[in-house]
Amino acid sequence: MSHRYFPHTQADIDAMLQRCGMGQMSDLYSDVPDELIMHGDYELPQEYSEKEVRDFFNALGAKNRQLTCFAGAGYYDHYAPSVVKSIISRSEFLTAYTPYQPEISQGTLQYIFEYQSMMSTLTGMEVSNASMYDGTTATAEAMLMAVAHSRKRNRVLVSATLNPATRKVVDTYARYHGVTVDEITQRDGCTDITDLQEKLEQGDVAGVIVATPNFYGILEDYSGWSELCHRHKALLIINCIPSDLGMIRTPGEWGADIAVGDAQSLGMPLSYGGPYLGFICTTKALIRKLPGRIVGATTDAEGQRVFVLTLQAREQHIRRDKATSNICSNQGLMALYTAAYLSVMGADGLREVCEKGVSGARYLAAAITATGKMELKYPDKPYMNEFVMKSHIDLDELMARCVAQGILPGVKIAPDEILIAVTEMCSRKDMDRLTEIIAGM
Amino acid sequence: MSKIYYSETHEYAKVDGNIAYIGISDYAQHALGNVVYVDMPETGDDVEAGVDFGAVESVKAASDLIAPVSGAIVQINEHLIDNPRLLNEAPLTNWIIKVEMNDPSELENLMDEDAYAEFCAKA
Amino acid sequence: MNREYYGKLIFELSREGRRGFKLPDNGCPTPAAGIPQALLRDNEPELPKVDEPTIVRHYNNMSTNNFGVDTGFYPLGSCTMKYNPKINEEVAALPSFAALHPYQPAETAQGALEAYHTLQRALSEIGGMSEFTLNPFAGAHGELTGLMVIRAYHDSRGDYKRTKVIVPDSAHGTNPASAAVAGLKVVEVKSLPDGTVDVAALREALDDTVAAVMLTNPNTVGIFESRIPEIAQAVHEAGALLYYDGANLNPMLGVARPGDMGFDVMHINLHKTFSTPHGGGGPGSGPVGVRKGLEEFLPNPRVIKRDDGTYALTDSETSLGSISATLGNFAVQLRALSYILSLGREGLKLAGPLATLNANYVKESLRDLYELPIDRVCKHEFVFDGLADKSTGVTTLNVAKRLLDHGYHAPTIYFPLLFHESLMIEPTETESKETLDAFIDVMREIAREAATEPDKVKNAPHHTPVRHPDDTQAALTPMVTYFDLKAAQS
Repeated sequence: MSHRYFPHTQADIDAMLQRCGMGQMSDLYSDVPDELIMHGDYELPQEYSEKEVRDFFNALGAKNRQLTCFAGAGYYDHYAPSVVKSIISRSEFLTAYTPYQPEISQGTLQYIFEYQSMMSTLTGMEVSNASMYDGTTATAEAMLMAVAHSRKRNRVLVSATLNPATRKVVDTYARYHGVTVDEITQRDGCTDITDLQEKLEQGDVAGVIVATPNFYGILEDYSGWSELCHRHKALLIINCIPSDLGMIRTPGEWGADIAVGDAQSLGMPLSYGGPYLGFICTTKALIRKLPGRIVGATTDAEGQRVFVLTLQAREQHIRRDKATSNICSNQGLMALYTAAYLSVMGADGLREVCEKGVSGARYLAAAITATGKMELKYPDKPYMNEFVMKSHIDLDELMARCVAQGILPGVKIAPDEILIAVTEMCSRKDMDRLTEIIAGM
Repeated sequence: MSKIYYSETHEYAKVDGNIAYIGISDYAQHALGNVVYVDMPETGDDVEAGVDFGAVESVKAASDLIAPVSGAIVQINEHLIDNPRLLNEAPLTNWIIKVEMNDPSELENLMDEDAYAEFCAKA
Repeated sequence: MNREYYGKLIFELSREGRRGFKLPDNGCPTPAAGIPQALLRDNEPELPKVDEPTIVRHYNNMSTNNFGVDTGFYPLGSCTMKYNPKINEEVAALPSFAALHPYQPAETAQGALEAYHTLQRALSEIGGMSEFTLNPFAGAHGELTGLMVIRAYHDSRGDYKRTKVIVPDSAHGTNPASAAVAGLKVVEVKSLPDGTVDVAALREALDDTVAAVMLTNPNTVGIFESRIPEIAQAVHEAGALLYYDGANLNPMLGVARPGDMGFDVMHINLHKTFSTPHGGGGPGSGPVGVRKGLEEFLPNPRVIKRDDGTYALTDSETSLGSISATLGNFAVQLRALSYILSLGREGLKLAGPLATLNANYVKESLRDLYELPIDRVCKHEFVFDGLADKSTGVTTLNVAKRLLDHGYHAPTIYFPLLFHESLMIEPTETESKETLDAFIDVMREIAREAATEPDKVKNAPHHTPVRHPDDTQAALTPMVTYFDLKAAQS
C-alpha cells in the first residue's frame, strides 16, 4: 500500500523495521492494549484523486451564493490586492513554524516586526504584539490584561455600543475567569458617560471597554474619558476598526491604554468567518502585561540588525499557569497579509478607502431615505461607512428579494433595524439596485 | 547589623529589627542568568509568607518571588526598574522589597547561612 | 542574507510620491466633511509609500531568509511539521467560499455549512467522539474551550466545588495556562522515571474538587500511556472528566481513537495532524470533540443537519457560551477536509504507523551517540537527553544550532522539562528514508565533531544568514517597532 504523500516503499519499510528490531508494523504499537486498537477502517471515503477533491469542493461551492455585499457588523468586503495574495502564498512563509530559530527565520520575524510597527502607527499606540486569533478574543484578552494589571480588581465595564458578537466572547471569558462584566448603558446610539461615571465610582473597576466606530457605525466622542478612567485607576480599552483609522481619531489620540480589534477590514477575504487577525496594542508601560508573542530588534555577532522573539518570560511555555495568556501562536500568515496590505495601501490608500466608504454611505443612506421605506435611526450622529436604518418594510422579505437578485443588503440587528455597510467595493450601480428593491416594496 | 535567613525557594530575608529586606540569593541569580526584568509589587501592598509577590525574568526563564515572611511593603527597590542586572551583580545588597514584618517568628521556618549553603550544595 | 539592497525594512524603502494602490471610482460625490474635526486623526499614519514591484521584491527576498517544510526537513518535536499538500491551498482560495460573509443567511451558505458538517463528522469518526465544534481558532483555544465545556457540564449538575485541573509535569505549557484562563487551579502530578503518568500519585490527587485531568497520549516524551483504561476509570470514578490534548494525535491515526481510550473531551490541532500550513505561527484551528452526553455544552453557534438535508446554525441554551463570533478559521477547516479526502480511509490508516516508524528508525539509529533516557518503543516522537558523552561540554542548544549549518531545522529543545538537555525529534510520515538517513548521518557527524572539535559545535551556527542574536539586549531594552529604532538613532 502506498500514497502520493508518503515516500515509503515496501523495501524502505522492511529495512527500517529491521533497524528497529521489529518484524512488522504492528510491533510499533505493542504497547497499546489490544482492546484499544482499531482493527477495522474509519467510516470515511476512499482516497480521492485531486480531480475528485476539486470536483467535491466545486460542487459544495455551487451551493453557496456570492452576493454583492452591504453587510458589515465587524467584517467588511474590502479590496484584496492581488500582490498580497501572492506574497502570502510563498511557501517559505506559508510552511514555516513559529520563528523559534532566529538564524533561519528572519523572514517571519521581520514581517512581524513590520506588522507591529504598522499597527502601532495606525492605532497611535506605542507597541503591538505579533497578533491574536481575532478581534473578539483579542478584546477578551484585553479585559484579562486589565484585570491582571490591576492585581486585585475584578470588574470590567463594557459599553452597550460594543459589537454584541464581541460582547458575547468577552462575557464567556469573564464568566469562567471570574470577572464581573457590567454594561454601560447607551443613549441615542452612544455610550452614556453619566452611567460610566456612576459605575466607576462604585469602585473595583479594572478596565472600561468602548468602541470606535461603535456597533452602529457611529463615531463617539471620547474626549476626557481616558482621564476619567485613570482617575479611577481603570484602563481604557478601545476596540476599533483598523481600516477606519486611516481617517478617524485613534485610540492613542483618545489616550487609550489598550487598542484592540479585528484586522479583517484590512482587505482580508471574508472566508465565511476566518482566518482573520486580532490585534492588541498598548503603551510601553504595559508591554510586559501583553499576551502572546512579541518580536524585537537586536544585533547579532556580526553587528547586523536582526529580529528575535522577545519578552518570552511572559508566555505559557515558560510561565505555565502564571502566563499572561494561554495563547501559544499568533495569526502569523495574516500578520504578513496585514503588513503587505498596508504596504500596498499606505496612508493615502487607506484614507481613500475611508473616503469612498464615507461618500458611498452618505449616497446610499440618502437614496434609501428618499424611498420613504426606511430612515436613519441616528440621523444626528457622525458615522463612517456603516449606518442603522429603521425600516417600515418587512426585513425578512427584503432579504429574500435582495438575495434573489444577488445582493446582501446588510445585517438585521432588530426586527425593524438593518445595519448597512458601504465599502470601496460597492459601485453606485450596486447601491442604486439595492435602493430600487427597497423602493419597490 | 543584620542577620540573614534563606528560604528553600532561594529568597533571603535580611533582618534589621522589625524590618526585613527581601531579595534573591546569589545561587538564584546564578541559576537564572542575566536578569532582564523584575516584576515588583507596590509600596503598601501586603505580602504573605509562602505566597508570590512578584517575579524575576531572564531571557528564557522566569521565577516567582515567594515571600519568606509576612508583612507590609514599606519600600521597593526602584533601581531595579531601570537596571535589573543589579540582581546579578550584587544580589545581597540589591534587595527587592523592604517589609515590615508582622510575625517575626516566621523566621524560625527559614534557614541560616550555613544551612542554606548546605541546602544548595545538595541541590 | 542579501543586505546590499533588500535587507531593509519596508519603511526604509518608502519614498514620498510612490504608491502601490488604485481603487475603483464608486461614482459618488465626496461629501462635505460631515465628521467633526475632533473625531478625525491629527496626523496620517506613518505607513510606507511604496510601489508594487518594490513590495514584491522586498517580501520575496525576505522569504528566502526563512525555512519552511517546503525548504527542508523540519523535525520539530510536538509540532508535526508534515508536508502541506498544494491542493488544500487551491481549495481554500475558491471564491465560492472565500467571498462568503459570515453573517449571510444560512440558505445562501449551504455549501460552506455542509463542508463544516462533513469535517465535523469526519473528526468525530477519527476521534471516536460524538460531536465536534470547529470554532476554536487554535490548539490552546481548543484547550480553553474544552475546559469550559467541562466546567459547564459540572455546573449543569450543580457540582460547583470542582475547581481543580490535574496535569502531569510533562504537559505542554498551554495545559496549565489554559486551565488558569478558564478559572481553574492547576495541580501537577509527577511523572514516573519512564515519563508516564504516576497512576498512584494521580489516584491520590483525585477527589471531588477535581474538574478534569488533562493528558496527551502518547505523552510529551512520545510514549503511549498503556495504563490509560485504568486512568480513565479512576478519573471517572472520582466524578471528573478526562481531557485529551490532541497535539500528539498524529501517531494514533489509523490505530486507536481517544474516545475508545476513555477520553471525554478532546481537541485536535488541524495544523498538526491534518496538514494545514503553520504559516509562521498561525492561523491554526483547534476543533473540540465531546463524547455522547456533552454535546449541549459545546460553544455557540453549532452547525446542524436538518431532516430535510439542509444545514442550519443553532444556539444551545446550555452551551458554555461563545468563544468566537463566527465558525472559526473556516478556510483552515476547508484545507483539513481536503486533506482527509485526499488521504482517504486507507491513507489515514497509513499515516500514524509511518510517522511512528520514522521516529523509531531515527531513535534506533542515534541511540549510541545520544543519551536515550527512556528506552522503549516510541510513537511519533522521542526525546534525547543531549549527547551521550557529556564530557565535551557540548549542549543540546549547540547541537541544535549546528544542525542549522547543515540545512536542517532544529528539533524542539529544552522541552519537555523532565530532562536537562531535552532534544525532541519528530520526523512525521512524509519524510523518506533517504531524508532520514541523511539527517542521521549529520547527527552522527555532529556527535563526532563534539568530541574532536567541540568549539566548532559550541560556536555554531557558522553559515546562517544571521548568527548569535543578542537576546539579552532585546529583552533589556525592547525595540519593538520601526519607530523605536528611529528614536534610538536620533
